[in-house]
Amino acid sequence: MTPALELRSVAFAYPGGHQALFGIDLTVAAGERVALLGPNGAGKTTLVLHLNGILTAGHGAVAVSGLPVTKANLREIRRRVGLVFQDPDDQLFMPTVRDDVAFGPANLGLRGDELDARVHEALVAVGMEDHADRPPHHLSFGQRRRVAVATVLAMRPDVLVLDEPTSNLDPASRRELREVLEPLAVTILVVTHDLPFALEVCPRSAILDGGTIVADGPTGELLADDDLLRAHRLELPFGFDPRAARR
Amino acid sequence: MGAGHAHALYRPGTSPLHRIAPECKIAATLLFVLAVVATPREAIWAFALHAALVIGAGRIGDLPLTVMARRLVIEVPFVAFAFLLPFIAGGPRIDVGPLSLSESGLWGGWNILAKATIGLLATVVLASTTDLPGLVRGMERLRVPRVFTAVAGFMIRYADVITGELRRMSVARRSRGHDPRWLWQARAIASSAGALFVRCFERGERVHLAMLSRGYTGTLPALDKHRTPPAEWLTLALPVVAAGVATAAWVA
Repeated sequence: MTPALELRSVAFAYPGGHQALFGIDLTVAAGERVALLGPNGAGKTTLVLHLNGILTAGHGAVAVSGLPVTKANLREIRRRVGLVFQDPDDQLFMPTVRDDVAFGPANLGLRGDELDARVHEALVAVGMEDHADRPPHHLSFGQRRRVAVATVLAMRPDVLVLDEPTSNLDPASRRELREVLEPLAVTILVVTHDLPFALEVCPRSAILDGGTIVADGPTGELLADDDLLRAHRLELPFGFDPRAARR
Repeated sequence: MGAGHAHALYRPGTSPLHRIAPECKIAATLLFVLAVVATPREAIWAFALHAALVIGAGRIGDLPLTVMARRLVIEVPFVAFAFLLPFIAGGPRIDVGPLSLSESGLWGGWNILAKATIGLLATVVLASTTDLPGLVRGMERLRVPRVFTAVAGFMIRYADVITGELRRMSVARRSRGHDPRWLWQARAIASSAGALFVRCFERGERVHLAMLSRGYTGTLPALDKHRTPPAEWLTLALPVVAAGVATAAWVA
C-alpha cells in the first residue's frame, strides 16, 4: 500500500546557510497517527513546511500518497496535506469563521451548495457549527484552534498535520481537541513536545533532534526510555508515568 | 485601545435597518451624502428636511438621539474651521452684537457645518446598524475591487490582534516601572512601536504561509453567492427623496 507520507533523505538549508535538516527518512502509512517529537529548534516546523511544498528540499524527496511534492503538483499536494499552524490567529484571517473555513475549498474550485456543505461538514467535525457567522476574534483560544482544524478539514485532506496543537490550550480545550481528532478518518502527524498528548493521540512517535530522526517507535516505549528523552531535551511532566498511563 | 475597539461603532440589534442587506445601506448612504452635498447652501429648509430624513432613518435603526449626538463629537476638529470662517472671510459684513462678521463667511461656515453634520449622521446610522464584516461584504457586492475589500477584511481581522499585542507590550513596559510623563521618556514607546512593526511583518509572513497551505494562488476566491432581495433596494428611496429635496432647492 502506498504510504501517506514518504520522506527520503530530505535535507534543507535556509538561504542564510543555516542547515536545518540533515537527511530525514520517515514513512507514515495511510491512516497511521504519528507524533513528531523534539525540543525547540530541532527542525520540526521546517520539516512540516516540506510536507506541502512551502519549502522545497535541497536534497531528497517528499511524496504524499505517492504523489511527489513538486511545483507542478502543488495544488493537489496542498489539498492532500492539511497544515494546522501553531497560532490560530495566523490561520484564521477572514472576517468570519464561515468565510475562513470556505477559503480552502473555494481555492479548490468549489462553489455554491457544495461549498456550503463542505463548510458545514468541517464545522460539525470540530463542534463549531453554531459559531459559523462569528468573527474569529470573538472566539476563545481553544475554539479558534478547533476552527483552524476545520479550515483544513474542509479541504478533505488525506493527511492532517498539526504544529504544536496543544500550545496555550487549557486542559479542557486540550481534551476537546483530542476528542475532535479521535474520530477523524485521516492520517495524522502531530508535531509537539507535549509528550502526554502524543501518547494519547499517537501510537507511534518519531524523535527529531538536530535535524535528524534519532528514534522511531511505539510512543509508549519511547516515552519510557528516560535516557533517550534526556539526551534530546524532552521531559515528561512531573509525576507522569507513561507505563501507568492507559487511555 | 481595548479589544473590540474597531467594532465599537456597531450596535447589535434586530431593527428593520439592521436586517437590510449592507450593499443597499452603503449605496443609500453614499447617494444620500451626494444629494446633501449638492444642495444649495441658502436652502436652509432643505437641510432641515435632510436632517429629518437621516434622523428618521436612525430611529428606524433603533438608534437613540443621544447616541447619534454623541457620535457627532468626532467632527469637532474638522468643523472648527467652519466657526472661524465668519471672522476671517472678506466681503460685506454684518454686525451681530459686538461682533462684525463676514456675510459670505457665515454662509460658508454654515455650508460646511450643515453638510458635514448631516453626512456624518448618515455614516453614523450606517456604521451603527451594519457590522464590519457586513460592510466589507456589502462593498464586495457593490463590485468594489476585490483587492480593496480583501485589504479591508484583513485590517478588520487583525486590528484586534494587533491592539491586543500592543496592550500586552504596554502592560509589560509598565510592569517594569515605565511611567512616561515627558517627551524624552518616549524612547521606550518608540522602540515598542518598532518591535510591533516587526511582529506584524512576521505575522504577515506566517498568514501568507497559512494561505498558501490552503491553496491560495494570488486571488482571493469570491465566496459570496448572495442575491440582494429586490425589495431591499427600496432603501434607495431615502437618497431619491433627498435628491428631490436638493433639486427643489435649486429650482426654488
